[in-house]
Amino acid sequence: MSYQDIKYAISDGICENITGLLPELLANSCSKLTDGLIVTTELMFITVLLGGALAILAAMGRISPRKWISYPVAVYSYVFRGTPLLVQLWFVYFGLGSLGEAGLGPLWPYMREGWWVGVIVLILNTGAYVSEILRGGLMNVPKGQIEAALAVGMTRMQIFRRVRFPLAVRTTLPAYGNEVILLLKSSALVSTITVMDLMGQTRTVFARSYNLEIYFHSAMLYLVLAGIITVLFHLVERRLKRSSVIS
Amino acid sequence: MKPMKIVAAAAALAISTIAAQADTLRVGLDGGYPPFSSQNANGEMEGFDVDIAKAICVELKKDCEIVVQAWDGLIPGLIEGKYDVIVNSMSITEERLKSVDFTEKYYSNYISVVAKKDKGVTIDGLKSMTVGSQRATISADWAEKELGARADIKLYDTQTAAYADLLAGRVDALVADYLPITDWIKTNTDYGFVGGPININDEIGVAVAKNNEALRDSVSAAIKALRMNGVYQTINAKYFDVDIY
Amino acid sequence: MFDILKLGSEGWGDELLFGAWITVQLAIASLGLGLILGLLLAGGKLSSFPPLRWICHAYTLIIRGVPEFLIIMIVFFGSERMINSILKSMGFEGGYEISPFLAATVGLAMIFGAYSSEVFRGAFEAVPKGQMEAAKSVGMSNWQAFSRIRFKQMWRFAIPGLGNLWMVLIKDTSLAAVIALEELLRVAKLGGESEQNPLAFFAAAGILYLIMTALSDIVRAKIEKRARRGFVSL
Repeated sequence: MSYQDIKYAISDGICENITGLLPELLANSCSKLTDGLIVTTELMFITVLLGGALAILAAMGRISPRKWISYPVAVYSYVFRGTPLLVQLWFVYFGLGSLGEAGLGPLWPYMREGWWVGVIVLILNTGAYVSEILRGGLMNVPKGQIEAALAVGMTRMQIFRRVRFPLAVRTTLPAYGNEVILLLKSSALVSTITVMDLMGQTRTVFARSYNLEIYFHSAMLYLVLAGIITVLFHLVERRLKRSSVIS
Repeated sequence: MKPMKIVAAAAALAISTIAAQADTLRVGLDGGYPPFSSQNANGEMEGFDVDIAKAICVELKKDCEIVVQAWDGLIPGLIEGKYDVIVNSMSITEERLKSVDFTEKYYSNYISVVAKKDKGVTIDGLKSMTVGSQRATISADWAEKELGARADIKLYDTQTAAYADLLAGRVDALVADYLPITDWIKTNTDYGFVGGPININDEIGVAVAKNNEALRDSVSAAIKALRMNGVYQTINAKYFDVDIY
Repeated sequence: MFDILKLGSEGWGDELLFGAWITVQLAIASLGLGLILGLLLAGGKLSSFPPLRWICHAYTLIIRGVPEFLIIMIVFFGSERMINSILKSMGFEGGYEISPFLAATVGLAMIFGAYSSEVFRGAFEAVPKGQMEAAKSVGMSNWQAFSRIRFKQMWRFAIPGLGNLWMVLIKDTSLAAVIALEELLRVAKLGGESEQNPLAFFAAAGILYLIMTALSDIVRAKIEKRARRGFVSL
């Protein structure tokens, strides 16, 4: 059983059990919507993890005293925050994609797939926004904390890992939570580059039934996902507060 | 002018623009489907569908007013009454009959599969390949039915985007209506049909809003009259070598 | 490669610039409508009538959790249906048409309104209570004190937040391309398709968006500075 089959099996399993409870339109399109929901969840999972990792690197780059590191990172962040995500997606998918196998060489297997283009562009996009939040958090760590760490003989890297970064994460967590919800909403745009996420499936169902209701059902599902993200962040925040020495 | 009078005047104005004029037939089409409908350099609509629509108007002794609307908004627009009919190579399908009515056919459609000639694509092999099609078309429905609901089918908002991805090599084949593809492969000579035209008993009709039998029947009669008086054949010959009725 | 982006009838440069102009118009129209909606919602959230407060909070909560793309689609496909069914129920004939520009404006304003209402609410609450008390003590009525003191002082607190939302709004205008409004991104897509060079066209569009956001940033900084004028720290 391939990974894809497992996803379909999950989706079918869910639908078999709930179709009786759903109105006709939803029952007919249940497996499409759950397929899409799984793709959106997957996309979120990958982009939050890798986008977060990229953001940490980029934030470190931004506060680096070496200009040859901090300048390019600043340009990256500026370009991705200064242009619409839809432009970025279309630039890479339709623009770079038009170069084809001949122009892109080893990158082609990834650029060929709307899914990979979506993943890569969303990671770069969210990485730029989150790095700005994180940079703010890192700059706002009280000097006294760092001096104290220096006094006990920590290296620069140790200070970053054990003092500066954890403190910055704590102060920026609420803003980061908002960013993840924005990412969820942005992810709907990958449906314009052939990815069958929740939005893509919704549009396909609508194109067939002309029934606007499907958009409202889909909106509900996005709301539920946003709700789950909010709750998760509240839990993490509470945990961090509990373990925090400074209030 | 008193405020009430202004409101009344504004309302009158608004209503006059809303109400359809009796001697005008408003025709909805998307203008992105050569050689059936497209926009020329002067911004005018042209193509087989456009000519047929105009001929129907002449037959019904009405003025034609062309309203351009994106493909997936065409049926919603008809239901809302933005225009009286859709003449846009629209297949008569069960799904669509739930929302709108259709006249008798004005041509017969075949679908087809197009791929790069040297790729060795076959109809039987499509299941294991990446296939593209335009969202919300009879071709997309066929692909889903033949290849399975979860086959690797990429759906595009426009036919041009689908062509672009076939050229880029992102999809191995496209499923699309036969006649426009005939046109397209004339300029893209590396590409050709896989198998012949596929007959799915697809008839193209003029879509009319539900509960408007009078208009539906008069348009049906107009199409028959055009077949009889030779106007249809003249238009047909302008675009195609064979009779497409 | 740059020939196709030239101005005039040969190239697409003027078409792209005209698309950018539509983008600016769309952003400004949505800003105007969105500010009004945001103020009304903020008023509702600060109201002493609980159901009104709940409705306004629920509105913000829903808009914040639903993709902008989906909201634009619902407005585009749904508003006509809604307006026509209302007209029909009043005995008028349907067929009223909503242009993509209007649909996009309404959709973007709905989003801007939801977010800006939070900014306004915070700003109203940030105006020190003493200001209102002082206004009343000099004999102003409730309404006078609100319109002359609280409403005017609120802006300086609201402006930084509104500036951020404006930057988001400019970028969100690109969503209108999906409903066939010929703004910058859509023109770039059409140009790229017809010239078979999407790379150059999307790059050009990206640069034009960067110019718009950069200019906005400069204006925003100026306005923020003005708003802080004569500001004794809190």
